[in-house]
Amino acid sequence: MSKIIIRGARILGGEPQDVLIDGETITEVGTGLDAEGATVIEAEGQILLPGLVDLHTHLREPGREDSETVLTGTKAAAVGGFTAVHAMANTFPVADTAGVVEQVWRLGKESGYCDVQPVGAVTVGLEGKKLAELGAMHDSAAGVKVFSDDGKCVDDAVIMRRALEYVKAFDGVVAQHAQEPRLTEGAQMNEGIVSAELGLGGWPAVAEESIIARDVLLAAHVGSRVHICHLSTAGSVEIVRWAKSKGWNVTAEVTPHHLLLTDELVRTYNPVYKVNPPLRTEADVLALREALADGTIDCVATDHAPHPHEDKDCEWAAAAMGMVGLETALSVVQQTMVDTGLIDWAGVADRMSFRPAAIGRLEGHGRPVSAGEPANLTLVDPAYRGAVDPAGFASRSRNTPYEGRELPGRVTHTFLRGRATVVDGKLA
Amino acid sequence: MDAQHGDTGNAARPVLEAPDIARVLTRIAHEIVERAKGADDVVLLGIPTRGVFLARRLADKLEEITGRKTPVGSLDITMYRDDLRLRPARALARTDIPGEGIEGSLVVLVDDVLFSGRTIRAALDALGDIGRPRAVQLAVLVDRGHRELPIRADYVGKNLPTSLRETVKVQLAEEDGRDAVLLGVKQAAPADAQ
Amino acid sequence: MKRHLISAADLTRDDAVLILDTAEEMARVADRPIKKLPTLRGRTVVNLFFEDSTRTRISFEAAAKRLSADVINFSAKGSSVSKGESLKDTALTLEAMGADAVVIRHGASGAPYRLATSGWIDGAVVNAGDGTHEHPTQALLDAFTMRRRLVGPDAGLGRDLDGRRITVVGDILHSRVARSNVHLLTTLGAHVTLVAPPTLVPVGVEQWPCDVSYSLDDVLAKSDAVMMLRVQRERMNAAYFPTEREYSRRYGLDGERMAKMPEHAVVMHPGPMVRGMEITAEVADSDRCTVVEQVANGVSIRMAVLYLLLGGSDTALSAAPARTEENK
Repeated sequence: MSKIIIRGARILGGEPQDVLIDGETITEVGTGLDAEGATVIEAEGQILLPGLVDLHTHLREPGREDSETVLTGTKAAAVGGFTAVHAMANTFPVADTAGVVEQVWRLGKESGYCDVQPVGAVTVGLEGKKLAELGAMHDSAAGVKVFSDDGKCVDDAVIMRRALEYVKAFDGVVAQHAQEPRLTEGAQMNEGIVSAELGLGGWPAVAEESIIARDVLLAAHVGSRVHICHLSTAGSVEIVRWAKSKGWNVTAEVTPHHLLLTDELVRTYNPVYKVNPPLRTEADVLALREALADGTIDCVATDHAPHPHEDKDCEWAAAAMGMVGLETALSVVQQTMVDTGLIDWAGVADRMSFRPAAIGRLEGHGRPVSAGEPANLTLVDPAYRGAVDPAGFASRSRNTPYEGRELPGRVTHTFLRGRATVVDGKLA
Repeated sequence: MDAQHGDTGNAARPVLEAPDIARVLTRIAHEIVERAKGADDVVLLGIPTRGVFLARRLADKLEEITGRKTPVGSLDITMYRDDLRLRPARALARTDIPGEGIEGSLVVLVDDVLFSGRTIRAALDALGDIGRPRAVQLAVLVDRGHRELPIRADYVGKNLPTSLRETVKVQLAEEDGRDAVLLGVKQAAPADAQ
Repeated sequence: MKRHLISAADLTRDDAVLILDTAEEMARVADRPIKKLPTLRGRTVVNLFFEDSTRTRISFEAAAKRLSADVINFSAKGSSVSKGESLKDTALTLEAMGADAVVIRHGASGAPYRLATSGWIDGAVVNAGDGTHEHPTQALLDAFTMRRRLVGPDAGLGRDLDGRRITVVGDILHSRVARSNVHLLTTLGAHVTLVAPPTLVPVGVEQWPCDVSYSLDDVLAKSDAVMMLRVQRERMNAAYFPTEREYSRRYGLDGERMAKMPEHAVVMHPGPMVRGMEITAEVADSDRCTVVEQVANGVSIRMAVLYLLLGGSDTALSAAPARTEENK
């Protein structure tokens, strides 16, 4: 493989430097670098980040290839600056056996756009009743470390306790989708002022918070680590902050949309705003941003959830929950966290690459931008401004809540082990 | 009907003043008594807004002449108009049929200005849904010509030849604070509905 | 928005009074030998009912027919949410039939709003009840009934409900009637108090322009009208209240409670009533109870709404975006 020089990029937002990539590896970082026959990328004014890592992606394959495939999903990931994604287990069939996770893992290898790390289901069929073969999934070629019934909550306290304990054997982590099922029967949106007016079934914050409270206590009790998926309320932040203050091994993620959007948008009854967990209030959004800034929330995860057009082109109650997010994640984080001064670009690298890779125990990703490291890199033009146009998405689905919204920043280049997957903002 | 909302501008000049209006109403009342042979089965139905005031005034005049009360009411024709779709939906006015009803009686429709005749066409349709009078007659304060339907008035206060560029505005004390009929020139602004 | 009637909250005070005044004229048509007006001749009104509601449907049907509109009844019960034909495809079908107005009843809150704003159809949309959201024509007929009973003279023509104290009792949480009434009655100057067990009051109600009380007895003496809402027995199974007996003891209206109301005060109910639950037969059959009047008034109100939305080139309700014959 040929040599590439990225010239004048600000690594993690620092002083402009040059980066030399030789083959799959970063070989030199410094100023005035030159190499015979190297492709030079002029990156003045751009930010160089380690390749982004998503802990929470729905690639839909196998089973719902009408909304996304591993190939289209990883293309979308590359466009969004990701070099690794964790593929959630709620496929058809469910990724609850070594066979299914290996299939997804192999499809990821074949795609070549982005590494795909399958997530294994905690329970058979996501039914919350019987533990799936967690060890077999870990021992498979896919090497599963993260287990989640995402889409459903592991609500049985005993099953949750056992899962937390069991995965300790191979340093796994259970990622909990915190949603108390009885409190959310018929729930359609955040329960509060807007739901009262719109007459949509309320989804109380306590349905999320009560499960998180239980699980951090369980994790502490059995000495396991637990990861909280898509934390969405100010109360959840308080619980995680308290658990961390106790020194318990708790990590948490927040989605880009929960950092930006509120339940006021539901007044349009437009199902592009229908998502699980639901969009919350302005106060929650501000608390989530603050928590991401101070480290209470460890990372950003997209919860990229593609759905075919017909599943959103209907009345609210009939619509599917979820939003695509891979291709807009970094822009939303720039707008809500960087442009607001809450974190700098080093903070972005931490929350979108280092931390998620560490939580997932993912090797070869989330590494510093320095000599000898794998060349998984993302180059961002932070000065770019543009309206989101779903027609241009690499994802097979278009269910974005940002259509027409102007967002800052654009991924110009993505490198997966030295190979450019995105060049000048387009798939290579 | 609602032509009176049109601004007649500064050029408007009175063609009938209050005493003229009182005089022509008295004359019409006498004509009604004469032609209706005592007017004992007459029901006056004014077309809102100003036709109703004229009908009430005529009823008073008839009482002076005959010594009897003449039933008087109002007939809103909005929902029978043939030009409903040309303008935004309009607020309705009151339809008030006297308790005696109109069955077998002589209904005299009263309006301020007779122009295209479409209002009267609508009034005849509206009347048909309410009952079956012995006969229907029409009394107007001003006939300004330009008929678009084969309709004529039985009692006319004043025949006023006009051009289509002109406007006729009737003012009555009950609504406008004074009695007058004004002839003006249409402004560039749209829609003189009369 | 004003091309459609989706929410009572969209109506200004003047809009609401115009609708009530128009309904007053429509009510007079019912006294004539020929109870029909030619006004909407050639217009097509589709009653699109995804939920069974014979009462509401025939009320709209009678209203449209009295205005000479062509009426198509489209019963699509359960077809959308249960993954049959989608709301969109149904809407496109109606559009192809040339519907000038779609009266929609749907189990999903917001379905009429989606229909009106999605670009699927061009006609006016009238919300005939959506999920637990709103039922604006019910609120209008309730206001109309109150104005006739409580505001005189001349049936309150041209007037609003300024200063009247209205109490709404029952399952506020799941009631589209309550939501629409809170908006409309407040807009008309009335003071609304909601009465229910705390389990049947929505979280977020503190932002509504009304008072909330958990005690019916406390507010009866200060009520000009008491509107009883139906309480479905199923709610008991979801633990909203312990037993029917306890519910009716605390929140039901019986003769003894009715006697505490001021002499002029009326009892209202949107129907269908559950006798013995929220209302006793003694109250339901008393002449202070306006249930039957409400049904008759429903036709007049719906005639008024259809006329004001369809009776011209454009709606008569305020703040309507300018719409010409060309872009219609």
